[in-house]
Parts: sequence; C-alpha cells; structure tokens
Amino acid sequence: MSVDDRMKGIGRRDLLSLAAWGTFGASMVTALVGVFRLPKPAVIPEPSQKVKVGPPGSIPEMEYRIVAGRNIFVSRGEEGVFAISAICTHLGCVVAPAPTGFHCPCHGSRFDALGRVVGGPAPRGLDWLKVTGAPDGELVVDEGEPVPPRTYLKV
Amino acid sequence: MGAWKEYVANLRAVPRAAWGSLVRHGPPVTDRSRAETVFQNLFLHIHSTRVHRWSLRWSYTMGLGLICAASFVLLTVTGLLLMFYYKPSTALAYQSIKDIHYVVPSGRFIRNLHRWGAHLMVVVVLLHMARVFYTASYRRPREMNWMFGLVLMVLTLGLSFSGYLLPWDQLAYWAVTIGANIAQSPKELTDAVGITRYVDIGGLQKTLLLGSRSVGEDALIRFYVLHVFFLPLLLGVFMGLHFWRIRKDGGLSRPADADERLGPPGDDVLPVFSQAPRKTYGLMAVVRGTSPSVGRGPENTLPSWPHLLTAETAVFMLTLAVTLALSFFFDAPLKEMANPLVPENPAKAPWYFLGLQEIVSFSAFAGGVLLPMITLLGLALIPYLDREPEGVGLWFGARDRGKEVFLLSAAFGLAAAVSMEAFAIRFGWLRSWFPGIPQIAITVVNPGTVLTALYMAFSIWILRRENSTRLSAIAIFTCFLTGFVVLTLIGTWFRGPNWEFFWSPSRWPVH
Repeated sequence: MSVDDRMKGIGRRDLLSLAAWGTFGASMVTALVGVFRLPKPAVIPEPSQKVKVGPPGSIPEMEYRIVAGRNIFVSRGEEGVFAISAICTHLGCVVAPAPTGFHCPCHGSRFDALGRVVGGPAPRGLDWLKVTGAPDGELVVDEGEPVPPRTYLKV
Repeated sequence: MGAWKEYVANLRAVPRAAWGSLVRHGPPVTDRSRAETVFQNLFLHIHSTRVHRWSLRWSYTMGLGLICAASFVLLTVTGLLLMFYYKPSTALAYQSIKDIHYVVPSGRFIRNLHRWGAHLMVVVVLLHMARVFYTASYRRPREMNWMFGLVLMVLTLGLSFSGYLLPWDQLAYWAVTIGANIAQSPKELTDAVGITRYVDIGGLQKTLLLGSRSVGEDALIRFYVLHVFFLPLLLGVFMGLHFWRIRKDGGLSRPADADERLGPPGDDVLPVFSQAPRKTYGLMAVVRGTSPSVGRGPENTLPSWPHLLTAETAVFMLTLAVTLALSFFFDAPLKEMANPLVPENPAKAPWYFLGLQEIVSFSAFAGGVLLPMITLLGLALIPYLDREPEGVGLWFGARDRGKEVFLLSAAFGLAAAVSMEAFAIRFGWLRSWFPGIPQIAITVVNPGTVLTALYMAFSIWILRRENSTRLSAIAIFTCFLTGFVVLTLIGTWFRGPNWEFFWSPSRWPVH
C-alpha cells in the first residue's frame, strides 16, 4: 500500500477502530443518561395540594385568613372569594400580612393587598390560586394551580 | 539444641526485627536515610525529598494550603463520629442533634469542632486563594493547579451548604429554601423570554436538588448523601490532584533568583551530601549545570525531613489548637426545629453566603447565578489572560507597582461597594422609582451588576494605563475581594428583619 492509497478515505482497521470507539462512547452516554435520569423524581412525594378551606360564610370579608397548616391566604371581596399564595416569588420565603399588604421577611419584598409587587426584589406578584366549590358546600383551594390575578369565585 | 537457642534468640529479637521490616532505613541522620524517611513511606512520599528554602518561609505561604488540608482531615474525623448518632430524617434529625449536643459523651465538643473546622476551612480556602493570586503563583506551569484549586473552593462551599441543612432547625430550613430557589432563579430569565413552559432549567435544578417541590424528607436525604459521601469523595480526589500537581509543577512557586535573594544558608542548616554517596554519578548527565555540587544541595535545598515535615506538623497542631480552643468556648448554635409555615426573620445564611444574599436581595438570578458564574469564569481565566513572566513567587509581584495598584484597587473597590450600597439603601432602586418596570430590566441593571461593571471598567482602565495584564488582574481580583468583604459585612451586621438596613442589631424592632 503506497502513501497515496492511505490518503484515500479510511481503511478497514481505521473503520473498526472508529466503530469500537463509537460503541464505547455510545454505551457510556447511555449509562450516563440512565444515571442522571434517576435523581429526577417521576412522582413528587408530597401530600395533595388541594385543601378544603371551609364554607363560603367562613371566609372573612376584606381581611385575610391564613389556612391552617398551609401557606395560603383566603379572603372575600365584592367580586367573590379568592386565594393568594403566601410563598414569596423571590426566593420562596413565607410573606407576612402587613397593614398595606404583605411583607417578605427574607429579602424585603413588598406586595399590596392584592399581591402586586410594590417594592423589593420579587420578580412578579404573589400567585393567585384556583378556588372551587366542593359538593359538600366547602371551598377548595388548589396550591398547584395558579390562576391569573383577580380571578374570583362568585358565591 | 542449636535450633532451640536460635528460636529463643529470634523470639527476643521480634520487636526489633518487626520494626526493621516496617522501616527499612536507619534513623534519619544521614542525607540518604533522611531522603528514605520521606520516599519509602507511603504517606510521606507525596513530598519531594528536598525542599527549597523559599517554600519554607512562613511569610510566603503562611501554611494556608496546609491549614485547609488539616481542617479537612479534622472535619472528616469529627464528621464520621457524628454519623454514629445523626439520623437523616425530618422527624428525628433535630432530636438527634440535640442528643449529640446534650447526651452523647463528648458529643457537644465533637459537634463544635465540626462546626468551627468548617468555618475555618472556608476562611482559609479563600485566604489561600488570595495568597496564590497575590504571589502570581497561578502562572505557567501552574494554571491547571489553579483550576483544581477553584474546584476545591466550590466543593468546600458545597460541603458547607449541604451540611447546613442537616440539623433541621429554622436557620437550616430557610437557608436551604432560599438556596434551592436561587437554583430555580434562571426561571426569572426564561419567564422574561417566555420559554419556561418548554425549557425550565431553573425548575429542573430545584427538583434535582430537593427531589420535591419544597424542602422535606427527600431534600434532607439528598443533602445528607451529598454531604457525607459525594462531595467529600470529590474533594478528596481533587485534593490528591492538587497535591500531585504541586510536585509535577516543580514545587511551590518561587522567583527565578530565589536563591540569591535568600543568601547563603545559615549555619544551623544540616550539611548535605557530605557522606560518601552510594550511587554512581551517572545521573549527573541529566542534571542541569556543569559541575556537581559538593557539601550543599542543589539550589541550597534542604532535606524535607526534618525541615518540611516539622513545619507541617506545627501547622497541623496550630490548626487543631485553634479549633479546640474555639470549640471549648463557643457552642455551635441550634435554633428551634424547622417550621415550614413561619420563616426566620431575618433568615440569614452562614456568614460566607451573606455577601451573596445581599446581592440576591436585588435580583435572584443576577445575584445568585449570573454574578457567581461571572466571578468563577473570571477567576478561571486569570492564568490564561495574564501571561507576563515577572513577579512569580513574590508578594504583589508584578513588573513594578504591584503594591500601589493593590492599594489603589482596594480603595476603589471599597469606595464603590460602600457607595453603591449606601445609594441603594437610601434611595431604593428601579422598582421604587418606576413601579411598572419589567423584571428583566432589574435583572440586568441592579446594584450587583452595576458594581461588577464598575470593577470591570476599573480593571480595564488599569490595563490601559499601566500597560500590564498582571496589574489589571490585581485590580479586578482586589476589587472583587473587597466587594465580597463589604457585602458580607453588610449582610452580617447591618441587615435586620425584612432585610432592612439597621445600624446595629440592638435597633431591631421587638416582636
């Protein structure tokens, strides 16, 4: 085999060598994909995000009630009942009610009474949560389902 | 009868023979046996047999790298002891820490040692990086070891952060909630572009870290496994690489004329190569120079035994003494048990993350992801962007004016950081002036990014004015270092409830 022949494309040994390295690479990648798939949970191990908050009559008007054991505020305005998440949209602390709305203790985000950002680092307003009626007459708030702000449930 | 006598004689000689089979060289009194002490011992042979006098000067290294290694050993030992009693479950973790603190014999002391060792390691890792930087020791051929050092720094911070959750107290819970949401903060960017539904990098990072939507049982187990297995293992591997590269790169850095600068070795230095050599001079062919040195080592090096090894032992003892004293007088804190419904107010991370928390309080993505990434990238690029030959192995070594530029940069870094903070605290930022401003504008322009831009501009100004990449590197490194210190101090002492500014914690409102 002359030098010229070797220059023309790949020979048998080169092909086999390439195939071997290709197989090695492919099996490594497959193994890695398998390894890295594992830590991403397929099912989030948490209790249900839906919570009963009592009959409409128990929701205070023009003030906030915090749902026991949950980070949710519920209230009733003229348009109906609504729920706001107490989780700050900045870095996940729990906001506290303040005279003008809500304050976050961690980095000082401020929200007005309807959850809109009025100061601090929060990138967006507090999430509004979906409120539905259950067959037994109680209201249900779904923490996993944010809705556009100013979405009320007429009661 | 001869066999019996021999048997008895052998029996009596067992201790001496056993010792002789363990340590094959004689007592370290000759050059040869001193060298053998080092290279025939598995644990010591990571050292070279001879060491340059420049590397032994306290004022040069201050033993900082060794203190890091010593505190890692201390943390491994105390950590393994704590694992006997610690239970990584949300129901039991807090109580098991209380048990360790109040019931387990010497448990409180071991826990305190673990806590103080961790603080010490973080401080000293940062100081060690500063030492290596200011002595220009990252230069060729040590660029890759600088990189390994950066990896070790990140792993050290990762270990601190993962260990922070384990006590499952209020501080732990909320600091990790904040940390996990920082991991999620690329959402700020994807939200602004409107692609979160398709590519949710932030959400994925948070899910991988917590194994759930919020900090709970799964997060605790993940942090535990990271803290006691993956991160220490990685750190050990990179420590091995780091040490190995020191040898391969020719020992610690020193100026080319180190020997002249030091002058002739003192009288107390052991005479070297004075005994009859047992090897031929055949190797002379590969040694640089024209004639073999007689009566002194090459470049006046000293034998590692005893000079280097006694110095190392002293540093190790000092580290231990400091952590023991701190652990004796100051207990590791433990707040109330974690309560997912009521955050700490203020919820502060450990002190070395408070600088980060300060810029995170302007924008989660810019402060928590963007600026740390820029900092790490900048640090990684330094050895490849500054390739001037001058100044290696000298404090503030540079073509000239190293110290002046350092002082100037420290002053600028301090002034810029303090005035930027003062401005933001006094006048607020974009959202206080234009409430409707889109988030992306704040992500891009906030006190943290503006400060970074100022620092970059300053270092480019130095680059052009001084016409030196090294001086420019000193400028940017010093600016970032002073900025880090200022932000950390503000986060630690001047931020109170709702992350508002207070002149002192005694002025915090009572509630």
